[in-house]
Amino acid sequence: MDGMDVDGVSAGQIDLERFAAEVGGRDAGEVAIAGAGTRGGAPPGVRTVHAPGGIAWFEPAEMTVCCGAGTPVDVLAATLAERGQRVGALPAGGTVGGALAAGSSALTRLGHGPLRDALLQARYVSAAGEVVKAGGPTVKNVSGFDLCRVLVGSWGTLGFIGEVILRTRPLPPVAKWYSTPSETPSDLLARLHRPASVLWDGSTAWVLLEGHADDIAALARGSGLVECDGPPPLPAGGRWSIPPRQIGTLAGTGRYVAEVGVGIVHHEHPAPPREVDPVVRTLNERIKDELDPWHRLNPGIDLFAAGPVPSRR
Amino acid sequence: MPVDALVAELRRELTPQRVRTGPSELGLYRRDASNIEGSASVVALPETTAEVQACVRAAVRHGVAFVPRGSGTGLAGGATPLDGALVISLTKMDRVLSVDVENRLAWVEPGVLNLDLTRAVAAHGLHFAPDPSSQQSCSIGGNVANNSGGPHCLADGVTSAHVLGVEVVLPDGSLALLAGEAPEPDGLDLRGAFVGSEGMFGVATKICVRLTPNPPAVNTMLMDFDSVDAGASTVSAVIAAGILPAALEMMDALCIRAVEEFVHAGLPVDAATVLLVEVTGQPHGVDAESARVVEIARAHGARSVRVAADEAERALLWKGRKSAFGAIARLQPNYYLHDTVVPRHKLPEVLAQVYEIAARHLLMVMNVFHAGDGNLHPLLLYDKREPGVMERVYAAGDEIVRVSVAAGGVLSGEHGIGLEKRDYMPLMFGPADLAAQAALRRAFDPAGLANPHKVLPSPASCSDIQHVPHGAWV
Ligand SMILES: Cc1cc2nc3c(=O)[nH]c(=O)nc-3n(C[C@H](O)[C@H](O)[C@H](O)COP(=O)(O)OP(=O)(O)OC[C@H]3O[C@@H](n4cnc5c(N)ncnc54)[C@H](O)[C@@H]3O)c2cc1C
Ligand SMILES: Cc1cc2nc3c(=O)[nH]c(=O)nc-3n(C[C@H](O)[C@H](O)[C@H](O)COP(=O)(O)OP(=O)(O)OC[C@H]3O[C@@H](n4cnc5c(N)ncnc54)[C@H](O)[C@@H]3O)c2cc1C
Repeated sequence: MDGMDVDGVSAGQIDLERFAAEVGGRDAGEVAIAGAGTRGGAPPGVRTVHAPGGIAWFEPAEMTVCCGAGTPVDVLAATLAERGQRVGALPAGGTVGGALAAGSSALTRLGHGPLRDALLQARYVSAAGEVVKAGGPTVKNVSGFDLCRVLVGSWGTLGFIGEVILRTRPLPPVAKWYSTPSETPSDLLARLHRPASVLWDGSTAWVLLEGHADDIAALARGSGLVECDGPPPLPAGGRWSIPPRQIGTLAGTGRYVAEVGVGIVHHEHPAPPREVDPVVRTLNERIKDELDPWHRLNPGIDLFAAGPVPSRR
Repeated sequence: MPVDALVAELRRELTPQRVRTGPSELGLYRRDASNIEGSASVVALPETTAEVQACVRAAVRHGVAFVPRGSGTGLAGGATPLDGALVISLTKMDRVLSVDVENRLAWVEPGVLNLDLTRAVAAHGLHFAPDPSSQQSCSIGGNVANNSGGPHCLADGVTSAHVLGVEVVLPDGSLALLAGEAPEPDGLDLRGAFVGSEGMFGVATKICVRLTPNPPAVNTMLMDFDSVDAGASTVSAVIAAGILPAALEMMDALCIRAVEEFVHAGLPVDAATVLLVEVTGQPHGVDAESARVVEIARAHGARSVRVAADEAERALLWKGRKSAFGAIARLQPNYYLHDTVVPRHKLPEVLAQVYEIAARHLLMVMNVFHAGDGNLHPLLLYDKREPGVMERVYAAGDEIVRVSVAAGGVLSGEHGIGLEKRDYMPLMFGPADLAAQAALRRAFDPAGLANPHKVLPSPASCSDIQHVPHGAWV
């Protein structure tokens, strides 16, 4: 791995000059970026670039890792696992930059928090073709406005992420999936202290417990949980986002697996369209206009398309 | 006078009693806990979102800047009004509006005090995880605007990780709900952009917070060392061993003695440093991790390990940590508190530099800080009546900020930039980085009337980072 230093000493940063030159400045016209293409990749019909990959450094004692946005998530995960760590919210598959741009968290959001909280610093290429730094390298930082948060989930429309510093966490000693028939998964949520995940399809609940083996065994026994291979297959028709207390209202809408206590629903049908507050829409447009005045980055992506799945031109 | 017209309009929209212009009252709102002084022309105390909107609209109409204010405990001058701005105080909006125990979230008004929120949900076995040392007096709105931290943010994350949605009166007076109970609202993460925006992106009028279940098992330990180095190295080694305690706090010798005289918690007054370590979770995990922490501490030369036997002893140990600022008064009448972050493995090196800097400037320094996060809080102690002492405090503070950033750290871990560190921003960010932050601010506030002149250095001062706003260091 480029620049990787296993002793955990910083070995510099990813060189973004060439990437910035490829993206070009305001006169370079429309340009798109692709990761591994697992979420549809770059918008079609436009010149496409790719972010550099490679792990620049990993410092387990800081619980931070720095890598190129083009690094495959699975490569990053394997490197971190060698030293007993992980970025819990990072979904499997695709590239690190793609995951951040899509902004959707893994199934363990209940226990690990959303992916957006893992991004400490990003260096991205702006619409003007400049390398811009957002955030800071430490786990705690309130120095200036938090541009990192708007980059996560922006689908490459505000800037092309070149390098990121992510917060890592220790891997738990044990992690096991369990299932149980359950009409009301909320009692599980109440009884199990901070489970990593509770899923529910209307009649069965699945639970991911992490921690000390004896604690997990005791919790599982006390709640009638039966060990299973993993989460159920997820319907891939749409990703709904609803207030968590509304999952009881999903009955009769079709096949679904809901993330209890979170409000993400993996559904066989696309998410129903949502009303967008015109004030919120205007704010979104103003941020786009400020950061990409020429609308040249990832043209044609509509962040308000239900899903959010980018619309195609 | 635009201000007279503004006052007249505010009195019509609110009530005359809740629009204050008396000189003694304006004096109270001239600064926050930082001592950086400004001047307010009028203070409004709205009770509803509609009244906040009326305040902002009136300010816009009359071209007067406005400053949202919570409890005024900020330490970076964020709530300091400049040039006769309108202060919008949110203290009267202090209700917990609803609690969803099952899904662990609550809607609150911005003026709710941090500790009052935790008290309001305690009966359900829940708490609000961010716990600044000022939690008895700071407001949730202020926490959101500063993205505040606290001892328990090591494992649970800072305020941003605990805010699901914010209702905001934008700087043009319009109202928007930024995210909310649904976890993935469409569009950009405006909620995330707003958290930490220090009152420059609008006024938070309602906040949806995430609540955290109280842990079934807690183990609080106090360990002491012969050298600051040994304590700091223990911190890094614990994290490197894959243990993430709920809190990992450090106090140095001067601080231990001051605190002990103050609270009589039985602290080892001959130690060079103590670590307060709290491990939480399920019972077996807590036992195993605690044993490992003690093993690591012993290997790094811990002299003794005291384990809190019960809730009362735990509370006493925490009281020692949280009353450090109060204890200082016994040593010197004044203090200046810094707030920088360094990578954990640089703690021993940067602490050594902090002691050297203070000694060179003939100042007493004591350290009490969030070691697990690398978040330093060096307190420079002084007596402001001593001639020439302020220059030495300025100079030492300036050097501390610079060595922290040079060590790969950041300007502020939890107090924010405000006026205090505004002109240091170029130490961390280049012109393109600052321009991007300014662009984000413009998207929220094209007219620039929401708490202007904070956080971002003016282009003129970019090149001259020596310049410190007037009064910043007193
Ligand atoms: C086996 C597997 C399991 C998965 N499990 C989950 C899961 O549990 N939860 C979940 O949410 N998802 C899951 N996914 C989906 C996966 O996480 C996403 O497909 C992935 O994050 C997208 O990455 P990508 O590199 O393929 O992006 P692409 O599809 O290439 O791109 C996606 C979007 O991001 C933009 N983009 C890409 N790189 C950058 C960059 N550097 N800067 C700015 N914008 C960029 C693109 O322009 C495009 O708009 C899974 C996928 C697989 C293959
Ligand atoms: C003894 C002491 C200990 C402290 N310990 C800590 C600590 O451990 N961790 C920590 O993070 N901080 C700490 N602080 C700093 C301070 O308490 C926090 O920054 C706190 O969050 C400020 O809240 P406040 O209500 O007092 O805000 P204020 O000081 O009133 O305002 C702070 C900023 O928020 C803005 N603001 C306030 N309310 C709103 C609103 N509703 N909408 C928009 N903007 C708003 C203001 O304009 C200003 O920029 C400490 C302070 C003291 C005095």
